[in-house]
Amino acid sequence: MSTAADELVFNVEDPELPYVTIGDLGMVRSVDTDGSRVRVVLTPTYTGCPATEQIRDDVAQALRGADFEPEIEFSLSPPWTTDWITPDGRRKLSAAGIAPPGTVDPSSATAVETPIECPRCGSRRTRRLADFGATACKAPYRCEACREPFEAFKAF
Amino acid sequence: MTGPDLLPSLQPSLQPSLLTHLLRQGDRALVLAQRLGQVITHAPELEEDMAIANISLDLIGQARHLYTYAGEVEGLGHDENHFAYWRSAEEFLNPQLVEQPNGDFAVTIVRQFFHDAYALHYWESMEASSDATLAALAARARKETAFHLRHSQGWVVRLGDGTDESHRRAQLAIDSLWRFTSDLASIPDETELHDSGVVPDSEVGERWRDTVVAALADATLDIPASTSTSTGTSTGAGTDMASSGWQGHHSSHLGPLLEELQALTRAHPGAEW
Repeated sequence: MSTAADELVFNVEDPELPYVTIGDLGMVRSVDTDGSRVRVVLTPTYTGCPATEQIRDDVAQALRGADFEPEIEFSLSPPWTTDWITPDGRRKLSAAGIAPPGTVDPSSATAVETPIECPRCGSRRTRRLADFGATACKAPYRCEACREPFEAFKAF
Repeated sequence: MTGPDLLPSLQPSLQPSLLTHLLRQGDRALVLAQRLGQVITHAPELEEDMAIANISLDLIGQARHLYTYAGEVEGLGHDENHFAYWRSAEEFLNPQLVEQPNGDFAVTIVRQFFHDAYALHYWESMEASSDATLAALAARARKETAFHLRHSQGWVVRLGDGTDESHRRAQLAIDSLWRFTSDLASIPDETELHDSGVVPDSEVGERWRDTVVAALADATLDIPASTSTSTGTSTGAGTDMASSGWQGHHSSHLGPLLEELQALTRAHPGAEW
């Protein structure tokens, strides 16, 4: 993070997970400043994520608020992966009660199952309750140790 | 009238077949997404409502990318909405499977499983496409589809290898939907795209069949006898296989589904969110 524009972009909150920023999620590919013009390249997460348009508008608004002229582009390649979530982002997710994702196995063609740690008590005796949760990126789990339900970010 | 504004990266002779390919795949995703939308709030349990809504949303996202790219390939200035909202049933190129009604939960899930097994092998193969836009989308969509297949295949096994009643209904669903699977075994007229590496794998249908055979064996369910999907034609004694949705042949179910999808846009042309 070097310029004011960088900082504004990296600090835009995710609309569906407001306790992390798009910088934390690893969605920001590049921010190029040329005078007042700022060109931002973002990586979308899920193809159907309804937050994508909101994020574009929020980034544009943040930049315009500081008198920049934004130009925002989404690039699918390379594809976003939860491995790009920063250590800081993982801590914030965990503090918000959402288990951060395990590491993605790049050699696996299908979804991988990694042990998920309960964000409340830290136990690994957890169970996935369903494949799909309230947002595309999460699945509902329950901790068998403390018995609390929680959400986990899917390794993707 | 001026001609289309061709993409510089595209070999002009491939333009018509690539456009058709993108519409086939986009229509496949959109039509199934719309069908699934009708199930939401009617699924047997809350988790299933969530799953179906998520899967439907992923499919809409994939369709949007495919249509947006179709607009660029077509070169006439059309956006994603044009392809979704301003074409009639005869112009849709989705496989007939995805337009079939939801039926009971077994029908919804078996239809989804047949589709997801196809979609996973399709996207896996497209990661090696010589077309950079399609390869990038495939890398994204392949992972989403792996989650969909894990879900639908898991249900097929539980229903098939479950109670007598769930087994009976799952088998009925397979028997009634099987004739619509010939589209998944092969797509006609894509030789040029295979030769140029845009659609690098011509054996997605074989892989689809292997996945289905293995999963149905696991589920203690039978593939209907006396039909063949490898040639896309019936061998006589069993159900006649349906004609190809990829070529615009559809059942009577597609029209009303599109009417529901398109009514708002057509009543208020040009309206935006």
